[in-house]
Amino acid sequence: MFAAACGGSTSTETTNASNDGGSEDAGSDDAGSDGGDAGSAADCEAGETDGPLAIYNWTEYMDPDLKDAFASEFGVEVTEDNYDSNEAMQPIVSAGGSGFDFIVPSDYMVSIMIDSGDLQPLNKDAIPNIGNLLPEFASGLPFDPTATYTAPYQWGTTGLGVDLDVTGEDVPQSWGLIFDPDLAAEYNLAGSYATLLNDPRETMGAALKYLGYSLNTTSDAELDEAKKLVQDAADRVAAYDSDQYDELLVTGDSQVAHGYSGNFIVQFDGAEGNYSYFVPDEGGTRWVDNMAIPKDAPHPCTAHTFINFLLDAERGAQLTNWNFYASPNAASEEFIDPEVLEDPIVYPTDTSKLEFISDTGDFEINFSDAFIEAKG
Amino acid sequence: MTTVLATPELEATNERQKRRRGFFLALPAYIYLSLFFALPLLIVVVYSFATRTRSGGTALEEWNLESYRKLGEPIVTDILLRSLTLAIITTVICLVLAYPFSYFLATRRELTRNIMLVFVMIPFWSNFLVRNYAWRVLLGNDGPVSQLTEGIGLGETTILFTPTAIVLGLVYGFLPFMILPMYAAIERMDWSLLEASRDLGASGFQTFRKVTFPLSLPGVIAGSILVFIPSLGAYVTPQILGGGKKTMLGSYIVTQFLTARNWPVGAAVSTVLMFVMLMATLIYFRKGGRTL
Amino acid sequence: MSTTQKELRGASRWALSLNAVLVYAFFYAPIALLVLYSFSDDDLVGRWGGFTLDWYRAFGQNDEVQNALGVSVRVAIISTLISVVLGTMAALALERFRFRGQRVFDALLYLPVIVPDVTMAVMMLLFFTQGISLLDSIFGIQLSKGIATVALSHIAFSISFVSIVVRARLSGMNEKLEEAAQDLYASKWQTFRHITLPLIAPGVIGGGLLALTLSLDDVVITQFVAGPGSTTLPVYVFGLIRRGVSPLINAVSVVMLAASILLVLLSSLAQRARGGQAT
Repeated sequence: MFAAACGGSTSTETTNASNDGGSEDAGSDDAGSDGGDAGSAADCEAGETDGPLAIYNWTEYMDPDLKDAFASEFGVEVTEDNYDSNEAMQPIVSAGGSGFDFIVPSDYMVSIMIDSGDLQPLNKDAIPNIGNLLPEFASGLPFDPTATYTAPYQWGTTGLGVDLDVTGEDVPQSWGLIFDPDLAAEYNLAGSYATLLNDPRETMGAALKYLGYSLNTTSDAELDEAKKLVQDAADRVAAYDSDQYDELLVTGDSQVAHGYSGNFIVQFDGAEGNYSYFVPDEGGTRWVDNMAIPKDAPHPCTAHTFINFLLDAERGAQLTNWNFYASPNAASEEFIDPEVLEDPIVYPTDTSKLEFISDTGDFEINFSDAFIEAKG
Repeated sequence: MTTVLATPELEATNERQKRRRGFFLALPAYIYLSLFFALPLLIVVVYSFATRTRSGGTALEEWNLESYRKLGEPIVTDILLRSLTLAIITTVICLVLAYPFSYFLATRRELTRNIMLVFVMIPFWSNFLVRNYAWRVLLGNDGPVSQLTEGIGLGETTILFTPTAIVLGLVYGFLPFMILPMYAAIERMDWSLLEASRDLGASGFQTFRKVTFPLSLPGVIAGSILVFIPSLGAYVTPQILGGGKKTMLGSYIVTQFLTARNWPVGAAVSTVLMFVMLMATLIYFRKGGRTL
Repeated sequence: MSTTQKELRGASRWALSLNAVLVYAFFYAPIALLVLYSFSDDDLVGRWGGFTLDWYRAFGQNDEVQNALGVSVRVAIISTLISVVLGTMAALALERFRFRGQRVFDALLYLPVIVPDVTMAVMMLLFFTQGISLLDSIFGIQLSKGIATVALSHIAFSISFVSIVVRARLSGMNEKLEEAAQDLYASKWQTFRHITLPLIAPGVIGGGLLALTLSLDDVVITQFVAGPGSTTLPVYVFGLIRRGVSPLINAVSVVMLAASILLVLLSSLAQRARGGQAT
């Protein structure tokens, strides 16, 4: 291991370090370069650092203690900046010259970023801990089939949170609670009782799943059917919200909420009422957030070392114990709080009915158009 | 230095000097905006003629007008009308609230007036999102507003996630944009004119209509521009307080740029919007200037 | 201007006062809620969980929030100062002088108000990345996005807001005082410093307050032009709200409010002290 070569100490102006990750094509007018070429992986050794680490991650997704531990163990400065959606992160990284070394895009965004040539391949030699991953994650997931560009960070599901005090305990685990007015009425759901995610792929996907279709459909007819379903549900929807659906549920502003697993568990933990989260029987979304290195990352070796650091058994467990999202790390399981490990919200027992959202290319526009038209 | 003796030649020199001085005064802002605004803006205009690639990038070749065609879709017209309606209502409410408020402010003693003005702004130094979420709590089911209306016998109110909540949020967010220029305009008014009008036997309303209002018009115009335009493009408040139920112009543009990663369409919508608004603004200001 | 001339009679005075009270109540209603729940021992804003100072403690221990706050304040001060100077000059030029290219300039000044902010965000992102790589390839100057690019963008939209407010003040204002001063052989600078500036001060202050607010509130543009280490408070909060940790942010907001109120009180005290000396 060698110490940080580039002693830049301030956080904002330190992008001049040596790198052989290919930084010259930082221009953004080539954003249209479909099927980005793989390029070669950075020539780094395990534990090597080549300067400070600039993390670009979702807010409150990284235990600050882990950053501190990394900084002191490897003697490099660590800065973290945050984004709130894949869509806000991607154009910034894709434009080039962002200065970030480590990013955490979700599944479908990974395939988009690979296509646009935004990511550099990982050098597995520098990440020995990659062997810690569960087999299903290690062999590559649909969005990065050869596991060339990414290593999974954490994963979860999208489903429904329900106020059991309103519906009763024996509520059916179905998207019909939103899309079928008769079923909803049967379980005391009236008025504008639901919130749906303000996300075309998730919400159209829920409707598609209810209809028994794939949420990655590229069939106009199927999408049209789903659009009508969402349109008809408009009166029952209080809000399309991707940020505070869990709060709205426990404050009584909604009774059924469409959202991500981890947020519900934190929210239900402090709530007085009786709530439940499930992925409906018709199936739902499974998402994975992934560690990746931008193509023009100034310090790719530090980034590799950081990925390896997080894939360590105890560190992976520390992350899950901190933010309550499931870990893809097999070796971590013995260190994860049993309470979390046994929670079906965090670790669903049956993953067979879950589907990843994948990029549909040109059809993507149809999803957002359909969603806008369904909302009116 | 200028001389006070006014010969025709000197007048002309003065005039020329004045022109040059005006130009140099404008120059720094001119250069700044050309470099850091007009140039970037040009990129957007160029992008509006480009094509979205399969992966959501933008191909800068095969220039076409396809993105502008999307503006003709009926859904876009609906969105535009809806946003226009809300922006107009917001502007009118702001006018009605801000005018008497600014007048009141302008007639206080100097120290009081400055303190009052700063206290108008202080809430806005907290955080835009936090304020919006605070309104969500205030307006929510069984929230303080609902409890208040119930307490005084008006029954429960369910304002949250309705257009009313959007307007309320927009008025809250943009009211200072109306107050500041209006206050600046009213405060510099020549109050002796008002007195003269009263002395000549005009009624309070007549004085207001014939003297006060015309004198404060520049503030009214500037304020309504500063409220109307951002309201038209607003998307955070409609999202948080309106529940994102009906698409607004602002969220349509955001969706095109971010969610659909369709930059050409986002750029085309923005270009048309900016062109129309710029023309309207310039005409509005000219008109306002002439009535003075 | 004597105060008595402006005094209004009876009912209209009452109506004006009442309106002012209502407007202030409206402005401070969410602020009251914000302050209240910053002391609540519950993760949820709107659900009272007993008094606590934990959120303030958390703020004291959270380096990220503090860094973000620091960046926000720095950017806000820089962009307000520069945009007030440039915006005021532009307003004076447009209202007081006729010069070539005036119409184009006039239009250019309105555009930043008109452009939707996500559009501005995208165009600034493209501009800065292109510009930086161009500088690198031509001159070998290596720059990166950071606080500077954030401030540059904030100035770009703030200039317009400042100039619109100052113009509202200047428009139709009497030039006689300034002419008189010049007749009395006051220099251009003296005239500006002692006559023009005090006259337009309310507009300049108003414009400055607006610029400050805009800078402290901007999320979208900042997010797109920021680099590592230049996350501002609103950008941080935007992400935090998604993760549902709100009362901490209430505490941060209250700290900012308290700091600004303190600042205002101090400056008005200073003003009064100076006023006392003068008389």
